[in-house]
Amino acid sequence: MQRGTNGEGRKFNGNEEEEEEEEEERNQDAWEKMYADDRSWESLQEDEYGRLRHVDNKALHHAQYRKRLRSASTTRIQKGLIRYLYIVIDLSRAAGEMDYKPSRMVVVARQVEAFIREFFDQNPLSQIGLVILKDGVAQCLTDLGGSPESHIKALLGKLGCSGDASLQNGLDLVHDLLNQIPSYGHREVLILYSALSTCDPGDIMETIQKCKKAKIRCSIIGLSAEVYICKYLCQETGGVYSVALDESHLKESVLEHAPPPPAIAEFAVSNLIKMGFPQRAAEGVISICSCHKEIKVGGGYTCPRCKARVCELPTECCICGLTLVSSPHLARSYHHLFPITPFDDVSPSLKNNPRKLPKSCFGCQQSLLDPGSMSVSCVSCPKCKQHFCLDCDIYIHESLHNCPGCESFKQSHSVVIRVSNGCLYSSGWMSRIHIEKKTLSRKLPKEETLLSLMPGEDNFDDRQCMKDDLCSKPPAALCHPIFLSWGNWEVLKLVICCRVQ
Amino acid sequence: MSPPVPPELLTDDVSLLMVLIDTNPYFWSSIKQSFPFSKFLSDVLAFLNATLLLNQLNQVVVIATGYNSCGYVFDSAGLVNARAESCLPELEKFLKNDASMSTEDTVNGVGHSLLSGSLSMALCYIQRIFRSGAGHPQPRILCLHGSPDGPGQYVAVMNAIFSAQRSMVPIDSCVIGAQHSAFLQQASHITGGVYLKPQLLEGLLQNLLTVYATDMHSRNFIQLPKPLGVDFRAS
Ligand SMILES: [Zn+2]
Ligand SMILES: [Zn+2]
Ligand SMILES: [Zn+2]
Ligand SMILES: [Zn+2]
Repeated sequence: MQRGTNGEGRKFNGNEEEEEEEEEERNQDAWEKMYADDRSWESLQEDEYGRLRHVDNKALHHAQYRKRLRSASTTRIQKGLIRYLYIVIDLSRAAGEMDYKPSRMVVVARQVEAFIREFFDQNPLSQIGLVILKDGVAQCLTDLGGSPESHIKALLGKLGCSGDASLQNGLDLVHDLLNQIPSYGHREVLILYSALSTCDPGDIMETIQKCKKAKIRCSIIGLSAEVYICKYLCQETGGVYSVALDESHLKESVLEHAPPPPAIAEFAVSNLIKMGFPQRAAEGVISICSCHKEIKVGGGYTCPRCKARVCELPTECCICGLTLVSSPHLARSYHHLFPITPFDDVSPSLKNNPRKLPKSCFGCQQSLLDPGSMSVSCVSCPKCKQHFCLDCDIYIHESLHNCPGCESFKQSHSVVIRVSNGCLYSSGWMSRIHIEKKTLSRKLPKEETLLSLMPGEDNFDDRQCMKDDLCSKPPAALCHPIFLSWGNWEVLKLVICCRVQ
Repeated sequence: MSPPVPPELLTDDVSLLMVLIDTNPYFWSSIKQSFPFSKFLSDVLAFLNATLLLNQLNQVVVIATGYNSCGYVFDSAGLVNARAESCLPELEKFLKNDASMSTEDTVNGVGHSLLSGSLSMALCYIQRIFRSGAGHPQPRILCLHGSPDGPGQYVAVMNAIFSAQRSMVPIDSCVIGAQHSAFLQQASHITGGVYLKPQLLEGLLQNLLTVYATDMHSRNFIQLPKPLGVDFRAS
């Protein structure tokens, strides 16, 4: 107790007080206790209009964000681009317990929903599937797919708990499902486990070894207490095991799985994947979709290779197996390739002389002058020299990935990207991209021939970027991925020509 | 900061309309004969005033998307009886400044305006509105765009689109130029906004009033134009 340090006088009647307090605590309802522990009133203050507002801990937030930014820029690990993840949700009797409000399963569903959205935002080409555990069996709720909405709808429609959970049945099912996916993908399982036991039909150790052999990375988030078998499974397969303390910790633990994990060494060799960019079918066209085998009117996409119709992207064509994506899907990962530079702190001499600084933030027009202290809290972009408020700084680097200042002035350098059908793509985005002639169905033409297929691009070298003098870095650091392909169908054109500094 | 509006007055049809106006002089001089900038501006001002009159809590912010720069030219927050005409002096100043920054003597075709810049600024502004507390108007972005897509802006425009989608801000677009804009088609498709390329520019005001004046809540009940197909090309 904190009180112990408070001196001699306190000690004298310390025991009595403590007892009283415990008595009080017992009389408190759970909801009262929550507020009492939270001390939420301490984080309120009045603003200039007399309304209650949260305490301004902007500076603190900003410091945390700067730390994140620094750690992100120093550790540049190769990350797996295409992930195949099954989320296994325990809906056994234990999920009905009410230690989380209103119940474990509702809280878990809420967190899974948030996780799915975040996951697709960070892993645009990856796919998720849902599996539930109840009544001793594992059931596949949704197949691997790239549409957040369909997963969320399926989960919310199936929310109810009964029976026991079987970890082994769940792993067996996921193992069979993940065995079908192409070898370049990262296979992962995330298990949200409420139960304290597992009710298995056979030897779970065998299943764990099977998963290890299939290179399936298993992670578990427990909702009650640490269970040895869960810990063992995660250790063996290279996953992460954590036990949630409360709802906010659960949320944190779940979201930790959204960023791509470091690529497993064996998969780190970059290999090229054929990808197609389907056209959106015109409205009103009637066709039979190849994924649901149903007659659909309008919408949908047409596979560029076999002309089959699929309902959603990204997916794999059910007829010819081509990975189908849309260019916006690819574009979601570009900000990893072209990150914007961190903003600089404004020098103290300028800070104390607010007249030399602009009055408002370039991004949001908010006044940069702090009304209380008459000092200025802002940062500036090293490239365009515009000033931004601390909130915009965080938003720009963590969500927008554009500097409004740099974008608002005509630049001589820019990144040009062309995407069209039949391109190849590497599975390791920070890795060097090799053009593997043997994987291509036709002889690779000389580079000059290839280049003539790409209007506007004048020179290309596999070993060195020759775009201009700005970047003659060897592509080991891969500042410029260059994607090429030469199939027996439509000829590629995804070129990222780089003129960024 | 805007004067405090009690949250209970902020019903679901109170809007924050961010209007991005393309002011690329090369584009406007190319269609001078058929649709002069002055005609465009008078239609837009009438539309903005109509929006302000629809609900007295509505807020309108205008950002000019120039050829060399972008800038805020109007913000109705904090103004009593705000009228959109009051943006004209600021707009004129912006245009002069934008023109003075030109370094090239000749431009290939009509060039492109800096859509990625004005979109980024609009999103920063909207984040500030989100930060202001629980009660805030429903934001949306309207791009009134004429210049062709700038291939060099693809990554930045896509980044802005995804950020808008994440914060559930719809991007409406009205294309004034001769060609469809693949960027804006994708922007409206991904964020759930309306994309329209009016066939007759003489009727621009009617298009603006019937389609783009609709607030987010009312869109649930109204049949707005549907896209005929989205061009997913990168550039
Ligand atoms: Zn289908
Ligand atoms: Zn196919
Ligand atoms: Zn700002
Ligand atoms: Zn900048």
